Amino acid sequence: MNDNANTPEKKNGCAGCGCGEGNGAPTSRSDARRGFMFKLGAGLLGIGGALAAIPIVGYVLGPARTRYKNEWVDLGALSKFPGGQTRFATFLNPIRQPTDGDSAKTACWVRCIESGKFQVFAINCAHLGCPVHWFEQSKLFMCPCHGGVYYQDGSRAAGPPPRGLFEYKWKVEGGKLLIDAGRLPGLEESA
Amino acid sequence: MILARILALAKIPIEWIELRTGAIAFSKPMLFHHVPRSAKWWYVFGSATLMFFTIQIVTGVCLGTMYAPSAAQAWESLRYIDEDVPFGWMLRALHGWSSTAMVVMMVIHMLQVFLHGSFKFPRELNWITGVFLLLTVLALAFTGQVMRWDQDAYWGLGIGAAIVDRVPIFGDQMRGLLLGGPIIGGETLNRFFALHVFILPGAAIALVGVHMTLIIKNGISEMPKPGAVVVPSTYRKEFEERMEKTGVPFFPDAVQRDMVFCGTCLIILIILAASFGPFGPGGMPDPTLIDTNPRPDYPFMWIFGAVSLLPPASETAIMLITPAIGVLILIAVPFLSNSGERAPSRRPGMVLVAVFVVMAIVALTYEGVTSPWSPVMDAWSSLATPAQFIKGRTPLQVQGAVVFQSVQCRNCHELGGFGGKRGPALDEISTRLSPDQLVRQIQQGGGNMPAFGKNLNSAQMSALVAFLGTLRPENEPDSKIPGANLPLPTSMSPPDRGVLTR
Repeated sequence: MNDNANTPEKKNGCAGCGCGEGNGAPTSRSDARRGFMFKLGAGLLGIGGALAAIPIVGYVLGPARTRYKNEWVDLGALSKFPGGQTRFATFLNPIRQPTDGDSAKTACWVRCIESGKFQVFAINCAHLGCPVHWFEQSKLFMCPCHGGVYYQDGSRAAGPPPRGLFEYKWKVEGGKLLIDAGRLPGLEESA
Repeated sequence: MILARILALAKIPIEWIELRTGAIAFSKPMLFHHVPRSAKWWYVFGSATLMFFTIQIVTGVCLGTMYAPSAAQAWESLRYIDEDVPFGWMLRALHGWSSTAMVVMMVIHMLQVFLHGSFKFPRELNWITGVFLLLTVLALAFTGQVMRWDQDAYWGLGIGAAIVDRVPIFGDQMRGLLLGGPIIGGETLNRFFALHVFILPGAAIALVGVHMTLIIKNGISEMPKPGAVVVPSTYRKEFEERMEKTGVPFFPDAVQRDMVFCGTCLIILIILAASFGPFGPGGMPDPTLIDTNPRPDYPFMWIFGAVSLLPPASETAIMLITPAIGVLILIAVPFLSNSGERAPSRRPGMVLVAVFVVMAIVALTYEGVTSPWSPVMDAWSSLATPAQFIKGRTPLQVQGAVVFQSVQCRNCHELGGFGGKRGPALDEISTRLSPDQLVRQIQQGGGNMPAFGKNLNSAQMSALVAFLGTLRPENEPDSKIPGANLPLPTSMSPPDRGVLTR
């Protein structure tokens, strides 16, 4: 562009900038100034645009970062979970926003293998996340979406799930069952 | 006389505006450009799509004045619009039905263009902008379903999240972007709201603009005639000459059919909306209410069906790659063939492709609606045992019928035409499996059946097998498989023929 500015036969190079080509013979001085102004403008817009893009891109991509940490959530007294039984439990998600409403409520299945030994399963089927149901009589979890079935220990019994049910880490503190909960369980989950 | 004066007076402001805007000069070619005389009823579907899109914008903006785009209040605000706002339910019904109608019209329009080879030179970009419009409209339909913020929306998002989660390496980050955080919640609804009311409609309007500009630039294609081949080097010149000679002005010659068709569609839409009302909202978006049976809206039912029928081993790859390949193929259509014959009769392969795709989508939609792979979650507790299967049976066999229900066999297996379809119907099971084989199948599972071994005691097992052993048509022997007639340890025997014949 800079080279073009001083060579009249190549001045078409700046036709796109709307500088009124053909309105009288342009002097090389105003050509030079146009070249400078154009570059200045492009530079300022570029810098300004980049500066404006930082917060916008950061804002939009923010949720991609895993800035949230799970927390220990109280599921209630141990007496709610008798030995040999699998019980439904709900809790308020520790990672929640003021606008979440009911969607911050979360459900899980608590299996008390024997006193003091638990398995806490996410409600979400490991296939595509639908809510699984526990059937006490057949000791199976069944999913209403695509027919995933799991045994009482959460291992895959039938259907399309690629793995067993997601499990929460648990601990017993002060006679209460606590689980390490937060983010929607997904394939990142270890167990 | 007076009329002529009024007309003359009316001309002044029109001329004043025209001088300053050029609006008439601008719109004249749009209204009066020549279109092929042969462009008749096949050509109305694009206009109908556009009409439904206009209705979506109008009703959508209206709903936007009342809808609360907040996960805590969205569902309530929809109930409010439906029940308390004058015509609120009708606006929602129009928006829902018009969305379905727009997808239907768009697909028919696309099929017509494909079958008639209208995407060939010089209309390749008409087709490609159309493909992007299709994607935009489907995205609008999906995000619109999320706007209902009911149980289907919540679990549908869960499915979307689980699919995205399977992307290698970036799955977790992409899931975060989709949901706006680590859970399905307030930020999820708001980002889908931004997509549904700002980004996607903006994209659709821009694409419609380009699509229409290209129609004006390239003209509407003629009805295909066998032998009338497209030769890119001469097509445009010859087409323009033909339009000059034999074409008719779009307004009013061609537009009248659009008007008749769109008018009819509009009235049908209003009747549908007024008769069947709005779509949802379904159950409250409370994820602890798990007695739900999440299903997507109709435009996505075929995807739901496909996802369910994929072989588990390869489903991740198929779910992630197939959509991209599908879109690439759609975009590639005019590049694979942009000249030559347009008539369907000279392109039987393409007709076959279209028929195959339509049949596949219809079949998958049917599968999605019936979803035979899903257990019927309440079959065990809500279905009656058909009388013919318990009449005249021994107490042990009747006890087996009770076990059959109570351990949820019925959730996956039909009896007398009712029950789950996940496993085979068991009405005639004893003609296929001997008692030994039944015990083995129930205990060990296999063939996509869970193993019940640990969960049934021996009394339950013998009762169950005794019951299953009676399940066969009258006058038909039981399994001929070796070992079929060996007595079981529990000393039960197949039912007495005499008892079965009433």
